[in-house]
Order: sequence, then C-alpha cells, then structure tokens
Amino acid sequence: MSSAVAFEPFSEEHQAFRRTVRKFAEEELAPHAREWDEAGEFPRALFRRFGELGLLGIRHDPAWGGSGLDYWYVVAYAEELVRCKNGGLGTAMLVQGEMATPIIGELGTDEQKREFLAPALAGEKVAALAISEPNAGSDVASIITSARRDGDELVINGSKIWISNGARADFLTLAVRTGQPGYGGLSLCTFPTDVKGYSVGKKLEKVGNLSSDTAILHFDDCRIPARWLLGEENQGFFQIMTGFQGERLVAALTAVAGAQLMLEQAMAYGQERTAFGRPIGSFQVWRHKFAEHLAAVEAARWLSYRAADLFNRQQVAVKEISMAKLVACDLVQDVAYDCMQFHGGLGYMVESDIARAWRDVRALPIAGGSAEIMKEIISKLAGL
Amino acid sequence: MALKIMVTVKRVEDPESKIRVKPDGSGIVTDGVNYKMNPFDEIGVEEGLRLKEAHGGEVLVVSIGGEKSATEIRAALAMGADRGVLVRHDGPLDPVVVSNILAKVYELEKPDLVLLGKQSIDDDQNQAGQYLAARLGLPQGTFASKTESLESEAEQKKVPGLKLSSDGKRLVVVREIDGGVETIDLSLPAVVTVDLRLNKPRFASLPGIMKAKKKELKELQAAALGADLTPRVVVKLLASPPARKGGLKVADVEELWKKLHEEAKVV
Repeated sequence: MSSAVAFEPFSEEHQAFRRTVRKFAEEELAPHAREWDEAGEFPRALFRRFGELGLLGIRHDPAWGGSGLDYWYVVAYAEELVRCKNGGLGTAMLVQGEMATPIIGELGTDEQKREFLAPALAGEKVAALAISEPNAGSDVASIITSARRDGDELVINGSKIWISNGARADFLTLAVRTGQPGYGGLSLCTFPTDVKGYSVGKKLEKVGNLSSDTAILHFDDCRIPARWLLGEENQGFFQIMTGFQGERLVAALTAVAGAQLMLEQAMAYGQERTAFGRPIGSFQVWRHKFAEHLAAVEAARWLSYRAADLFNRQQVAVKEISMAKLVACDLVQDVAYDCMQFHGGLGYMVESDIARAWRDVRALPIAGGSAEIMKEIISKLAGL
Repeated sequence: MALKIMVTVKRVEDPESKIRVKPDGSGIVTDGVNYKMNPFDEIGVEEGLRLKEAHGGEVLVVSIGGEKSATEIRAALAMGADRGVLVRHDGPLDPVVVSNILAKVYELEKPDLVLLGKQSIDDDQNQAGQYLAARLGLPQGTFASKTESLESEAEQKKVPGLKLSSDGKRLVVVREIDGGVETIDLSLPAVVTVDLRLNKPRFASLPGIMKAKKKELKELQAAALGADLTPRVVVKLLASPPARKGGLKVADVEELWKKLHEEAKVV
C-alpha cells in the first residue's frame, strides 16, 4: 500500500465553523438582503455581531482579540458569507477583517493595535482601506494625497474615492504621499476619522453592492501624530502590494462561492419551473450549460485553493493569486449572465436573488486590482 | 444556588438532505445524508446556557450513539456548554432504551435539572423525557415554552424562559397545551422537555468552536452502565409514502359530483 495523503484542507473544526457561518448567513442575514439594499445600508450593529462570532479576527493575533487561525478558516468564512446574498454586506465585513486590518497586525505598534486593531476585530470601530483616488485607481504609484511632516505631526491633504465602509469608518488604513513622486514615496498610516479637517463627501451610488456605504473622503489640513505611520516611511507601495494579495485572494474565493450559489439556486429553480410541459432544467441546452459552468467553477475553486495553500504557508503566491482573481472574477460574470437568462423575466426583476447577485458580482473584476492589472502581473511574471 | 444542568443532544439526519428508503425497507440510505443536532435539543442547550448565565452552575451535555455523535456534543460545547458525556451504543434505540440509559447517567451525575428536546426529528416519538421522569420518580414539565414572543426584548437579552425561584429549589415552566399555555411549578430536581417557541438558539462563535476542542468529553459504554438495552419497539419495515398522483380537471360541478360520488366515494 502506498501512503497516499488526502489533500483535504478542512478539518472537523473548519467544518464546524463553516456550519456556523452558513447558518448565521442564511438565518440572520439573507432574509434582510433586499431590505438593506433598498435602504442603501445595513445596520451598523452588524459589525459588533460579526465581532462577537469571531468572524472579524479569524487569522489575527489572539493578543488583540483574534483567533490566530490558519487561512483555511478564512476560506470557509468567505465561501459561506456569500449566502447572506448581499454583496455590500459581504464586502464591508471582508474589508473590516481581511483588507483594512491585517497590515495593522503586521506592522503596527502596540499602541496602534490597541487603538485601532482590537476595537476593529471586536466590531466596535468600523475600518476602511483608503487607497484609490480620483486620478489613481489601479495606478497606485500616482497617489497624490499628501502627508507633510510638521514636528511630531503629519498634515494630510487630498481626497480618496470608492472607499467601502468610508461613510461610517471610525478609522482608515490610509495611503499617503510622504516622499518623492512615484512608488518610492508612499506610506501607510492609521487615520482616526474624528480629526479636524476630515469630511465625508457624498455617498456614491453604485450599480451593485447597494448596502455598502461607498464614499468620497476629503482631507483638509488634517493633523495626526506621526507615530500613526504604519511601518517604515516611504515603504507604502510594497506594503499595499503585499496587502493586496489577501484582498485579491478573498475576492477570488468570493467569486467562486458566489458562482456556486447562483448555480445551485438556478438548478433548483429549474426543477420547479416548467415550460412546454417539462421542468426547464431538463432541457439539454441548459443541462449542458450548467455542466460547463460546474466544471469551470470547480477548476476556478482549485486554482484558488492552490493560491490559498501557498498564501497560508506564507510562500510567494503573486502569480497564483493574480490568476485566481482573474479567472474566478471573470467566470462569475458568465455564470451570473446565464443564471439570470435561465430565470427569464423573474431574473430581470430588481428584487430577485439572481438580479442582486448579477449586480453585486460586477465589482469583482474591478475592485482590488482590475482584471487588466491581473493580466499585466501575469504577463510580466511570464517574462512577456 | 448554582445549577447543575444536564442537556441531551441527539445526532439526527439533516432534513435538508435527501432521505431515501433502502430497497429492502430495513432502514434509510445513509450515503450522502448530512447529520446535525436535533433542533429541539439545540433549544434545550440554549436554555441550559441561559439558566447557567443567569444563576451560575454547569451545563453537561449527554448524547447516546456511535462515535460520530461526538460531533453533536462538540457543537453544544462550542455554544458554551462545559463538558460532554457520550454513551456509546450502536444498537437500536427506542424511547425506553434511551430513558433507561439516561437514568443511569442521571444517577452518576445527579444534576438539578434535565433538559431534553420534546422529540427528535428523526422518528418523532416524543416519549423519552416522559419515560425518564417516570423512571426517576421526578416531576416533569413537558413542551416548555414561554409567553414572551421570540421577537421580545427578553428574548434579545437571552433571559431564560424557565424561571428559577429565589431559593433555587423550584422551577416555573410555561407549557404549550392545546389552545393556550399552562403554567406549572416544579420542585427540583426535575425533567423538562422543550418546545419550539422557548428560545432562539445562539450560533457557536469561532472562539467557542476552538475552546470546545479542549473541553472534557467522556465516553461511557452503554452496556457497562447496567441499563436494560432491550428495545420494546422493533422497526419491521420502512416504506416511502406513495408518490402523489397528478390531479384532474373537471368540466363542471356535475362532473365533480359524479367523480366524488362514484370514484372517490366520499359523498
């Protein structure tokens, strides 16, 4: 007998956690999916609820309220979170636990962790990641929001745009220019939003993710202590690029899980709905379409799992993560299109699950590094 | 006044799985079936935790079954229960056998209160709690519920629906009965079975799941407890309900009447 080892990343505890997230998402969140989209926001108290259940600090240091677990718990979380059927809420919570805060855990001082990280993991303070600007989206090196040193303080001027959790953030993980033009002059800092000169412009109206409060933020001579810089000054570009890896991976996982859920729902609908005397799911044209999508989703899942495995073991995973984000976030567009088509007129109704998913997933190939940026990275790594 | 509370949990088929009967009718096909904690037992665990949080004490979780039933005990420990006992028994279980085994565990543990789901959703017998109370000669409060709604402030605050007297010696139970509720006052120790509207069980948190790994889970062998393990009920045959036949359309009332009278023979 060979001593074959099963490649099974999920232990009994991972599965128990998965069940908790699924039940929570299905019973406590999904019933409000439509209401929160219509209101343009979800209750702020949900941050605390997620914090209580330990969903915001999965891989964070237990010293600051995290659980210090491996990345496969984050995978299980991201996969089940899509069952809340509200992309805005999912995005907000992933920003809170997986995008705006890991860098504080990594580079922050104890004071920064006490002031920002711990309350964010408990859901007491809302966190946002503020990088994009009106003239610097994918092109991070062109950021112009500036932080000028004045004694022990930084004086910040500029604006940020498309910032999820922006309208009600208590603090930002903020990218600013502290040095020369180009990628070498950027820094990250923790920025409390009760500082004088800070203001939230209008909440942006988006195509999807309607419950997420995406905003324009303005900084007008905002003074913060220079000790709120994260890590080394002028190393921000590299820190952002490192931080993007986690954000892109979780986007890929969300896309795969979202596609899976849409297919499950469509296939179930296909058993109920009849046309021309039989269930519409029994027509070969659709059976084959679903078969193609199921196969593609499975392929995207295992590419993402490969990236997750490398990321979990702190190996270089830029290529795999960029590929997973590209493939999964594009695939979910096709799946959403076909599942909406399959639902016919019902699918075109704003209130339907598939219409909400179709709107929400459109952000995936845009945010956190666009599909085009992923292709740039992959082609460079291939020596092209 | 700390309470020692024993709560039972049973591993049951997840009703969302597809349940199919084996061709020979000897049982169900277990391939591809998911399992979970009996939902009524989850309510029992929640009530036990609330009583403990309000009055102090300990919540002990007991299950009877195979090795896999440990999963359901761990789920209860992840919700916040303190320790578990798995009574290993792979033979058939009927409510009499269950109550015989639980009576032995009761004698070992001497809890102040035993909480059970009013029934398990696999075979819906609704008898184990009543047998257990009778066997132990304890007062019983079945179908425990409460007058506050599951949307009420008391529920939000996780106030126990079972009310403990100030001396800790009595328990007031609101029972669901036909057409209303009945309030009874039990002296402890007692056996209480819980109904659907008693509470909304909490979700296990991630820290809870991690802590559960380290909590005590003791295994006992049913055969070694000296309980009578002979089932009084033997399942002879399982069969699926007949498939529903399609309906038919009638042209008018006259035809309907004729069909009901001559074919269905109901009028």
